[in-house]
Formats: sequence, C-alpha cells, structure tokens
Amino acid sequence: MTDSALRELADDPSSRKRFFKMLGGAGAVSAATVILAACGDEEEAASKPPAASDVKDNNNSDLKVLNYALTLEFLEADFYKQVIASGLVKDAKVVSIAKKFGETEQEHVDALTATIKKLGGKPVEAPKTKFQPTLDKGLKAVLETAATVENLGAAAYLGQAGNIKSKEVLAAALAIHSVEARHAAALNILVGRGFGDGKGGLEGALPDGAFGKPMDEAAVLKAVKPFLA
Amino acid sequence: MATSRLVAPELATIEVHGMTRESFLMRSTLAAGAAYGALSATGLISSALADSAGGDVDILNYALTLEFLETEFYTQAAKRVKGLSKYERDLTKELRDNEAAHVDALTATIKQLGGKPVAKPMFAFGGAFAGRAAYLKTANVLEDTGVSAYNGAAPMIASVDVLAAAGGIVQVEARHAALIRLVRDRQPAPLAFDKASEMKEILAAVKPFIKA
Repeated sequence: MTDSALRELADDPSSRKRFFKMLGGAGAVSAATVILAACGDEEEAASKPPAASDVKDNNNSDLKVLNYALTLEFLEADFYKQVIASGLVKDAKVVSIAKKFGETEQEHVDALTATIKKLGGKPVEAPKTKFQPTLDKGLKAVLETAATVENLGAAAYLGQAGNIKSKEVLAAALAIHSVEARHAAALNILVGRGFGDGKGGLEGALPDGAFGKPMDEAAVLKAVKPFLA
Repeated sequence: MATSRLVAPELATIEVHGMTRESFLMRSTLAAGAAYGALSATGLISSALADSAGGDVDILNYALTLEFLETEFYTQAAKRVKGLSKYERDLTKELRDNEAAHVDALTATIKQLGGKPVAKPMFAFGGAFAGRAAYLKTANVLEDTGVSAYNGAAPMIASVDVLAAAGGIVQVEARHAALIRLVRDRQPAPLAFDKASEMKEILAAVKPFIKA
C-alpha cells in the first residue's frame, strides 16, 4: 500500500471505505484456501489448509456472528433515533454526542448488512423495539439505558472475537468493538456513573477495570430482551 | 524522519533511550525463537504450535512496549502535570493503574508462553507535561494510537486465548481514548470504524524516540 493510499485511508472522514477495504479479501481468502487445499501446496502442509466444506462452515459460522451483531446494531440505531426525536436531551454537547453515536450505529447497520450480503448471507430484519417505557422515564433513565446498552455492545463483540473464523471479518468486528467501547465510556461518564467498581457489570466507564470482560450471546440477548417488542 | 510521515507527530516529543528499534525487535524475536526452537526439538511442543506461539509472543512484546510507554507516560504525568481538575487527576491515576496492569498481564502471558518479555525501554516525553493542554493532547494521541495498534495486530494472533486477552485490553484503551477526548471537549468516538494500523506504521511513529 502506498504512502498516499495510507494517508487517504487515514483521512477518510467516514471510515466506511477503510471498513470495506478490511473486508476486501474476505471472499478471496476463502477462494485461496480452497485452491491451496486442491493443489496440496507443500509449503502449507505443516499448517493444513481447511477443506472446502470447512471453508463453507466457517463462512456460515461468521454469518451467524454478523447477523447477531446486526441485531444489536439495529437496536442501538433505533434507540438513538428515538432519543433524538423525543427532544429529551437539552444540553447541546450531549445532543451532539448522541447524534454522532446514532449516525455511527446506523453506519454499523449499513456496513454489517452489506457485509452479510457480500458473504452470501441473508441479513436479519430490523427487530421491533420497545423503548417507549424507557423514554417515558425521562432523560436520566434514557442516558443510563444508553450507557448500559453500549457496555453490553462492547461486551458482546468481545465475546464473539474468538468465534470469528475469517481474519478479515475479525478485523472488521474489532473496528466496531472499540467504537462501542468509546461510546460506553463516554455515556457512563456523562450520566455520572464514574469509572464503576471494576468488578464487572454494565455500569461505569471502566466497569471491569483494566480488562474488558466478554459476554456470551445468551447473556447478551437476555439483557436486551426488555427492549424487544 | 519528516514529521509528515509520522502517524502522530505529537509523539515526536517522546524519546526511547537505550536501544534501537531494530535491536529491541531482534532481541524479542531471537528470545522467542530460542525458547521455541529448544522446545520443538524436544518434541514437547509441535513446531506448528511453536511457530504460532512465537508469532503471538512477538505481538505481545510489541503490545508490551506500547504499554510500557503508556504506563511511564501516566506515571510521570500524575507527578508532573499542573492545572488539572480533581476528576482529571483521578482519571490520570486510573489510566496509569490500568496501563500498569496491562504491563503485568502481558509480561505474565509472554512468560506463560515460554517467551522472554522485552525489557522496559527508557522514555523521555519532552514538553508533554508542560501543562494541561499539552498533556491531554499527547494522552489523546497515545490512546488513539494504542487502539489502532491493537486492532491492527489482533487479527494476526494465532491463539484464541491470547486474542481474548488482547481484546480485553484494546477495549479498555478505547475507553481511555473516549474519556480523554471528553475532557478535551472532543467527540469521544470520531470514527464509525476505528483505525487498524500495521506494526511498522506504529513503530515508525515511535522510532524517532528510539536512540541508536
């Protein structure tokens, strides 16, 4: 990659271009490994390339992870949309942050949808959400919910990292994971939760102290169930 | 090195004494190779595992270097920076403690894998502690850079356990970045997708601070 290409990617304000560049090889990697397996490449003999059926299984497995992520992103995007529309947030700085976060979650939705299609999968549909009870509780409850959900999102992505088979899909997931973590930290401070007790849980800017803790899919889906209609 | 080629020109004030970049990378690689070479010869570890563990050790040593840098940065900042609010002082100590825990964890993991952790380099941060603004700006750059370094390196990790450890750390670096940015009145998460940098790009940013 040339220096100017690097700079171009670094300066890309939307960062979507970079996201898709990360995934650029995702389909190609699968094809390459199939070819290697067929040729019985001597150099690869020590690290046996996966059989074509394994490649397909890996792709299906990654698609499941991506659709799980997409569900969470749909949820977050919809929540921010409703929060902004409610007019509950008055502070200009918080409005600006919430709007930015909402735009970002929508970009995540769009990117994950496109990725799933590119990998030959079927993206899940946007779930019907249930945020009105939270909105009815007012601004503090709304921001606390946002803070909790973002902590959940970060934990969810971390929980899936080890399950992802493709290096390209992993790179893409990591690029989103750290953004959710930024959201979580910021919101928890804005809503006055401080760093948290560091003992784990969904409250606090650093709820698990120095090391983020993963959450498995079952636990995450249980935690978001109240927000699904 | 022309500052325009640096990932983060603000890092130019940081110097690393005591060894060249080439020598400390070589040391960690040779140390890892020596450890794994010996083990694979005895058949206690398959060569494939040795290779991948060697690769993981290199990545962990790369991370350890950056964590040494951040720990020293916040340790000095906590002592030297004037004009911070109480929250900002508390935040500085929290960040320092987190980075120190990262150093300990990475060191332990490298040893667990049979590798040799790199020694802590000597750092000099120039004018980064001159005041609140200089400190926060440098902290911002360091944390954002840390996130991109981990995001760039993590996909190359062979072991799922090591990946889990790196993931847990990068999540916290991202949280740090957001908190520093908030204090600077910046967007905590300016990009929808965080940058992933190659090792050579990150090391190039630190290189000017490594004395020959």
